[in-house]
Amino acid sequence: MKKLLASTALMLALCGPTLAQDYVPDPAAKQGGSIVMTYKDDVATLDPAIGYDWQNWSMIRSLFDGLMDYVPGTTDLRPGLAEKYEISEDGLTYTFHLRVGVKFHNGREMTADDVKYSLDRVTLPATQSPGSGFFGSIKGYDAMIGGTATSLEGVTVVDPLTVKIELSRPDATFLHVMAINFASVVPKEAVEAANGDFGKMPVGTGAFKMKEWTLGQSLVFERNTDYWRAGEPYLDQITYEFGQEPIVALLRLQNGEIDIPGDGIAPAKFAEVMGDPAQKARVVTGDVLHTGYITMNVTAAPFDKVEVRRAVNMAINKTRIVQVVNNRAVPATQPLPPAMPGYTKDYAGYPFDVEGAKKLLADAGFPDGFETDLYAMNTDPNPRIAQAIQQDLAAIGIKANIQSLAQANVIEAGGAGTAPMIWSGGMAWVADFPDPSNFYGPILGCTGAEAGGWNWSKYCNPDLDKAAVAADSMSDPAKTADRLKAWSDIYMKVMEDAPWAPVYNDQRFTMKSDRMGGADALFVDPIATVNFDYVYVK
Amino acid sequence: MPTYILRRLLQSALILLGVSFITFFLLFVLPADPVRQIAGRSASAAVVESIRQQLGLDQPFLVQFGRYLSGLVQGDLGRSYLQKSEVSELIASRLPATLLLMVAAIFCELVIGLAMGIIAALRRDSFTDQALMMTSFVTVSAPQFVVSLLMLYVFAVKLGWFPIGGYGTFRHLVLPAVTLGILGSGWYSRMMRSSMIDVMRTDYIRTARSKGLTRARVVLGHALPNAILPIIAMIGIDIGVFMGGIVVVESVFGWPGIGQLAWQAIQRIDIPIIMGVTLVSAVAIVLGNLLADLIAPFIDPRIKLK
Repeated sequence: MKKLLASTALMLALCGPTLAQDYVPDPAAKQGGSIVMTYKDDVATLDPAIGYDWQNWSMIRSLFDGLMDYVPGTTDLRPGLAEKYEISEDGLTYTFHLRVGVKFHNGREMTADDVKYSLDRVTLPATQSPGSGFFGSIKGYDAMIGGTATSLEGVTVVDPLTVKIELSRPDATFLHVMAINFASVVPKEAVEAANGDFGKMPVGTGAFKMKEWTLGQSLVFERNTDYWRAGEPYLDQITYEFGQEPIVALLRLQNGEIDIPGDGIAPAKFAEVMGDPAQKARVVTGDVLHTGYITMNVTAAPFDKVEVRRAVNMAINKTRIVQVVNNRAVPATQPLPPAMPGYTKDYAGYPFDVEGAKKLLADAGFPDGFETDLYAMNTDPNPRIAQAIQQDLAAIGIKANIQSLAQANVIEAGGAGTAPMIWSGGMAWVADFPDPSNFYGPILGCTGAEAGGWNWSKYCNPDLDKAAVAADSMSDPAKTADRLKAWSDIYMKVMEDAPWAPVYNDQRFTMKSDRMGGADALFVDPIATVNFDYVYVK
Repeated sequence: MPTYILRRLLQSALILLGVSFITFFLLFVLPADPVRQIAGRSASAAVVESIRQQLGLDQPFLVQFGRYLSGLVQGDLGRSYLQKSEVSELIASRLPATLLLMVAAIFCELVIGLAMGIIAALRRDSFTDQALMMTSFVTVSAPQFVVSLLMLYVFAVKLGWFPIGGYGTFRHLVLPAVTLGILGSGWYSRMMRSSMIDVMRTDYIRTARSKGLTRARVVLGHALPNAILPIIAMIGIDIGVFMGGIVVVESVFGWPGIGQLAWQAIQRIDIPIIMGVTLVSAVAIVLGNLLADLIAPFIDPRIKLK
């Protein structure tokens, strides 16, 4: 249990000014209109305690609300179902005051009991929530996971509109945790009535409610006319159509049949779209809180030598790899992506220096290089990227054999520690919430290095773990700058030890029909993917 | 006849048992952990173990398989790990689309394939024959993805005759069915051609001709019924292939069939869905073949089922 506590402590933190300027509504926005969005895959579930893929993430955000929320198109927190909150002096008690008159889609008013029920539900092992770990700092979490309690000790209903949450340790990311989909407030009676199928019959407080769902074909959301944010959302209806190839979605977009191709621009069509002014005008670009990286298993030769790992960092021609993905990314210098608070702007990363890399290899005792395995996921563009990496490594004498496997098999090899090198593409880390701690615990910290964990480098630096815990204990909003500096230092130390070779940060390219209105940032929202609550039809 | 059907059904049950055992075993030894996919990347070891126990995945292989079978005989295909809903419901929601496309596609295959095969057989070794057989080679080896996209581009995007993918009306059905018809027609035309050539050489055809029947009567009335038997068997196999999913064509035309479901489940190692789709497809193959064998005596009275 200790380990569990540590890992979740690391994932949490408070960044930026606690409550930034709220959203300024678009003066041109108007009510009404329906849009069509397509996806290749059917949506798995709309249960906020379960849904954890980039497809249902934005849908769930439109159906549900949590106590906290983000200013649309940004990574800045703002209050959600909680109108205001107080944090105790020691940072261990959060008191949330709920808004009056918020109604669920079934018409019932939301109360503090629902907040408690929802947090209990997501941490109950029977729910099998992939997000339960985020709530590890709440007092009583261990008892929930251990099966000795069915209700979180730390969550108390003070009165129908006040809920008090006590933590077992200071957690600077706690407000982010209250804004994550998993913390959405759900009505108990609807969950129970759904009898295990809440994911197919979602009921929330969100801007949209589910109208109908034809499995495998389409899903229709309609405007929640009782939404507590007055005047929102703008759209009357959103129809998601499933089973559509990205290439076909693009044809339909050009034909005016759909408004947003959910899977973005098909790689095969990227150059054509960007080369045609009419089509390019429909493209929207934005940052993703993502880093693609190569892991090196530091527990086994030859990557147990830091010189070897640094040599790999210097051997990778990131600019060329970015070209391999049609410039849909920017070269990465460090684990954190540029849009993440705590990113170290003045750090240039390892230079691309073949001679320097060879020298480092020779110093480490490998003047003639060595042979190793590079694991990569088997879907495009990852095998091509793996080949580019293979060529770069060959230039300094490292012969890397590519093991191109299905995603689950690569993850298995990474967790088991049997893969000397892994290209993370297709499985790479996209932040759960915009805080630097989110890139540490599971993928660079000691907890994640255990068998089965996501820290595929098996890098474990107890000093950094301590520094991470210390940074995440700074929950006083006034200390935000210090905290971000602490995180920046942690990642700089990681780069020194070089368990990873960061390669690139994805850029998101999506498209929208000519009739769609709303700031570009809403279509590439760093939190919601597409912020349906604020886009509109011209 | 009833004993024959009973025996075949018993055999079928054994085949299905074998299929489920092999599939279950392969998924069991797969070097990938479904629990990790369910638990998510932030899950601690304790959470992972708790989910493993809840799903019974900590049990030995035979116990897991036994549990699956006992559910199966009660008609329970289990619950999807990731979608958290009944597999039977997920498959049932895809069946109408799959069946519809299957029937339409086999119809197109037959129309195109049989016509090509008969013409080629009658004009044996002529230029027409060679051209048709070349065409059948091309259709059989053409990549599905390319042909599907080409059809979609020409007939839906450029000409605008049909919708750009989707499901619901007859117009939605035409393009995917015709595409599959073209792609699969090659098998039928080659089979039809060789079967027809064999039949045309037989004595009774010579007799029919010599007694002065029209060419059409000879071909359609005497030769075709005798030549069609292997085609019936092929349809039986085809049914199984279609029920297993036609992933590529389905995804290009946005057809909500069983193939899409299977493909998504495989990517996410959602074992209950993979098992369910495999079994449904196996049942279809077994039943398709059984049906083909049962129909055969009606077409050719010489065949007796024993």
